[in-house]
Amino acid sequence: MSEVLHPSFLLFTGALVVAVLRGRLQQGCLLLVAAALIWLVFSLPGGVFGATEFLGIELSPMRVDSLSMVFASVFAIITLVGAIYALHVKDTTQHVAALMYAGSALGVVFAGDLVTLYVFWELMVFTSVWLIWCRRNPTSMAAGFRYLLVHALGGIVLLAGIILYYLDTGTVQFAELENTGLAFYLILVGFMLNAAVPPLGAWLADAYPESTITGAIFLSALTTKTAVYTLIRGYPGTELLVWLGVVMALWGVVYAVLANDIRRLLAYHIISQVGYMVAGVGMGTIMALNGSASHAFTHILYKALLFMGAGAVIHMTGRAKLTELGGIYRYMPVTFLLYMIGAFSISAFPLFSGFVSKTMVVEAAALDQRAWVWLLLSLASAGTFLHTGLKLPWFTFFGPDRGLKPREAPVNMLIAMGIAAFFCIFIGIYPQWLYAMMPATVDYQAYTSGHVLWELQLLLFTGVGFFVLLKHVGGEPKISLDTDWVYRKAMPAMAGAVHRVGGGVWRASLGALVRKLTRIVATVSAHHGPQGILARTWPTGSMVLWVAILLAASLLIYYL
Amino acid sequence: MDLGKLLQAMVERGVLLRRIMYVVLAGLVIADILVPSKYDRFPWESVGGFGAFYGFISCVLIIVISKALGYLLLYRSEDYYDE
Repeated sequence: MSEVLHPSFLLFTGALVVAVLRGRLQQGCLLLVAAALIWLVFSLPGGVFGATEFLGIELSPMRVDSLSMVFASVFAIITLVGAIYALHVKDTTQHVAALMYAGSALGVVFAGDLVTLYVFWELMVFTSVWLIWCRRNPTSMAAGFRYLLVHALGGIVLLAGIILYYLDTGTVQFAELENTGLAFYLILVGFMLNAAVPPLGAWLADAYPESTITGAIFLSALTTKTAVYTLIRGYPGTELLVWLGVVMALWGVVYAVLANDIRRLLAYHIISQVGYMVAGVGMGTIMALNGSASHAFTHILYKALLFMGAGAVIHMTGRAKLTELGGIYRYMPVTFLLYMIGAFSISAFPLFSGFVSKTMVVEAAALDQRAWVWLLLSLASAGTFLHTGLKLPWFTFFGPDRGLKPREAPVNMLIAMGIAAFFCIFIGIYPQWLYAMMPATVDYQAYTSGHVLWELQLLLFTGVGFFVLLKHVGGEPKISLDTDWVYRKAMPAMAGAVHRVGGGVWRASLGALVRKLTRIVATVSAHHGPQGILARTWPTGSMVLWVAILLAASLLIYYL
Repeated sequence: MDLGKLLQAMVERGVLLRRIMYVVLAGLVIADILVPSKYDRFPWESVGGFGAFYGFISCVLIIVISKALGYLLLYRSEDYYDE
């Protein structure tokens, strides 16, 4: 990589320096690295760098084109935002892990071949898991291990797919993948697991709510969106993804109704929003792919803002459940208003960022005449506002007063939220800035009277429904089963059953064996034991008698 | 400016805010009926006020179906995985 500096290299080196520094120096270094990253990414020239051959395989470790730049730019912005938000944290492990994690994610979006991609893909898992473990309680330890195991499994499937793909096609270049059968689907499953496509997505809502307050910002931004990037790059127009995307969008909404933990609710809405992107990839038209890419861009910013708002509430109150929060808008008004900017953005209110990106995916469905996709994605859109824009803020900031009197969040947190909020509004008002970055020319007008009227009606009347059913929408002190039940309950139960049945069989056969052995021992002891016939002492007389008989016999035989 | 006080003052005038909201909602539906629709890819796009109807129905459906799924299938006690 002689021509340009790879952004991952900058972050890995930065992480090393941050690791040895402490206090103000560490904070300064953290900000410096994040700021340098923005400068570096936005000044990268297009092209393929560092192309090399390894064991006869053509590798291109760094490819800079418009699609990778869409994701790299927003990753760089969110790294700075996340660094500012985490500035007060005195935990070197977290800072180092966050920088390395961001570096790995950038490595994936710049990887021009599947081998490089795989290396960074695995690095992402091993760097991000620390952001969960650093919460330092038994729940997050366990959640972190589950996260690690699920992703390790996904990584193996991906690796198997890549190897088979190389054997099938003789290349590992990462462009739109040929459908070669098994390899094509193995790689797809690997990507889908990271994109949290059900039923492979339960790890997300299991692990993210257990992560550290500041780590959640990086987690919510990076893993699922690198997966969306790989899907856009490798699988445009894969029809299966349209329906998986729609299922995802609704899946997240249903679980968000049931969620009580505020960050779990937000985590399920990551799944829901990524559903739009996956559906867009499946449709595969220019409008749909632009929609997916731009929705990933806006999503990272508003979702980070939402997680930062929820994180600030948890940080200041020590509580994370809707049933334990309420009435704190008077004490944290700035946090509340910044959170609401994120909420209006994710809900796609006109003038906020989600409006200019989400409606593009929905519009792509309309142009394709996919009525069901259009209707169901619109329904999920109503569900997004219902939970992120109404239920969560209502029961956290308003609702029943629980006597909480938290102070406003620390200044660094508010600044980080302010930057994200600025982008949410800026993109909403001036979408051309975002559209200009897209891989293909964007031929879409978000602000038409038709779109604005439709969206406002959809959302505001969702609000009517919310207040009509207010009594029934609050959180409940319960958890809801997701597909992680399979490996958290069913498989341990099965292992327990195997243990019980196997143990029984083992003990029974061992018992039978022991009985048999006991009988043999008894027989032997009957003959050879102290009382046995063979162990008796023989009188000398009988010995002499037997010798005499033997001698007589041999004499007889001799004469015969 | 004390933002908290300002919000509190708004909450205390909740009834007024609600009335303003009713006017906005009615205005939206009327506008949608009056403004001729630009799109006709689906039959419902030219029906004035369909967005309002669909938003409300979506909200009710989501809550009813999800809660039903919760009570019938998915809800467990909070220590379910600890046992």
